[in-house]
Amino acid sequence: MAEVAPATGPSSAAPPWVSEVSWAWVGVVPFFVFALMFLILPTGLLVVGGFQDKGGHFTLRNLLDLFQPTILNSYLISIKVSAASAIGGALVGFALAYAAITGGLPRWVRPTLMTFSGVASNFAGVPLAFAFLATLGRTGLVTALLVHVFGFNIYSIGFNLLSFSGLTLTYMYFQIPLMVLIMAPAIDGLRREWREASASLGASTWEYWRYIALPVLWPPLLGATLLLFANAFGAVATAYALTGSSLNIVTIVLYAQIRGDVLHNQNLGYALALGMILITGLSNAAYIWLRGRGERWLR
Amino acid sequence: MKPRRLGAWLVIVFGVLYFFVPLLGTFEFSLRLLRGVYSVAAYRIVLADPRFAATVTYSTVLALATIVMGVALVVPTAYWIQLRLPRMRPVVEFITLLPLVIPAIVLVFGYLRIYNSSSALPLTGSARTTDLLLMFSYVTLALPYMYRAVDNGLRAIDVRTLTEAAQSLGAGWSTILLRVILPNVRVAVLSGAFLTFAIVIGEFTMASLLDRPALSIISFAITWACMGFIQVFGRGAPGQVAGAH
Repeated sequence: MAEVAPATGPSSAAPPWVSEVSWAWVGVVPFFVFALMFLILPTGLLVVGGFQDKGGHFTLRNLLDLFQPTILNSYLISIKVSAASAIGGALVGFALAYAAITGGLPRWVRPTLMTFSGVASNFAGVPLAFAFLATLGRTGLVTALLVHVFGFNIYSIGFNLLSFSGLTLTYMYFQIPLMVLIMAPAIDGLRREWREASASLGASTWEYWRYIALPVLWPPLLGATLLLFANAFGAVATAYALTGSSLNIVTIVLYAQIRGDVLHNQNLGYALALGMILITGLSNAAYIWLRGRGERWLR
Repeated sequence: MKPRRLGAWLVIVFGVLYFFVPLLGTFEFSLRLLRGVYSVAAYRIVLADPRFAATVTYSTVLALATIVMGVALVVPTAYWIQLRLPRMRPVVEFITLLPLVIPAIVLVFGYLRIYNSSSALPLTGSARTTDLLLMFSYVTLALPYMYRAVDNGLRAIDVRTLTEAAQSLGAGWSTILLRVILPNVRVAVLSGAFLTFAIVIGEFTMASLLDRPALSIISFAITWACMGFIQVFGRGAPGQVAGAH
């Protein structure tokens, strides 16, 4: 912290910082230097690189090349997995949070769920992939148990952990807890009186949800789903540990590109990253906008 | 009310099953190292492996360095914003949220482009400077949580009065920050620190050790312990913990 304002005695009438406001910005210089070096410049250079050809001239070629089938397909798989795990995680997470908060359960349920959600929302990567392999893999605990007890093999009906459905199921392990953490405040804001008032006016449970709860809750619900989408879209370690490179989601393609220029075009790699930033950026922006709308009622 | 409570219980039981069966599966698998019998051999091997001790030590040192760096960066900035530059708050908050928006792998890609061994600042050139870059990237990853935790802590105290009181007693800026502000937001700093620790330690499953199921359980236990500490220290300061990958 730089010395920007000499300590003024308590006798001075004006607060000590009034006269020297023009120097106050010096105090945040370290932060902005850090942000520039480790956030803005690295990202900015990738974005610029996405618009350049090998000679450094401006071009839109790389962006157009993103639409070649293999790359487009990897984006589509990523979007599909992210959307499925976001919607699934949002539904289950909301149900869990709603049950724990308004379900009339013992008092300890809610803090336990919140603590656990804090843990599980950070559980990803290799350990998570391993947990699901040990459970639902070909020789996993549940797979073996189902064969033993019911003589029923889930792999015989087309389930495969190393595929779209398996990856989605695995992602939901950190998506559901994140949803619980985000939605708990919004559910808290759903006042008990609204339900009682609607019931005393003769509304059914369906009508309560249709005309009161959902109109209030939809901005935070949709916003949280978008946040979950962005969360899954950027995940790479879990998918890589689980499927290796057999499921070509876009983060794995980028990972391979970083390791060994598999696209044979550095600038196309930058464009790939740019596309990812665009997608997560848009869904985050929509989340922030929706959160602002939701706060009107949920105070 | 009765059927509603039943439904709520059903949802909770379903959640418990989904979240605990995979842990159980991992645990069971980790006990199956020897054919036909359950044993803790896998744990003995992992714990006796010198690479395990080395990895844990490395991760712990890295995590502590990340925390010190993060606190040194975030506390003065958040304090200064609160005290002198409230108009900058939206800009700084936006920047601290960027690591949640930009996928981590994209950031790493950017780092490799800027700091590769043939660049002006070749941080990936040697092992030491690579550690430094790794630390800074963890600081970046933890920035959203650290900043929000500290900012919440600062909002809860009267920064202005404390600063004026310290100044009137003749304290300089370093004394104010280290001996007045920091002790007053230590709960917030601690909860940010444990989350940072959990993030860094969560990455310690190095490739050489990937085939060890016991490690998943150990890693989960460490994350769990960190989160428990956050709950203990962060009581009354909710809404700070949310993960992203």
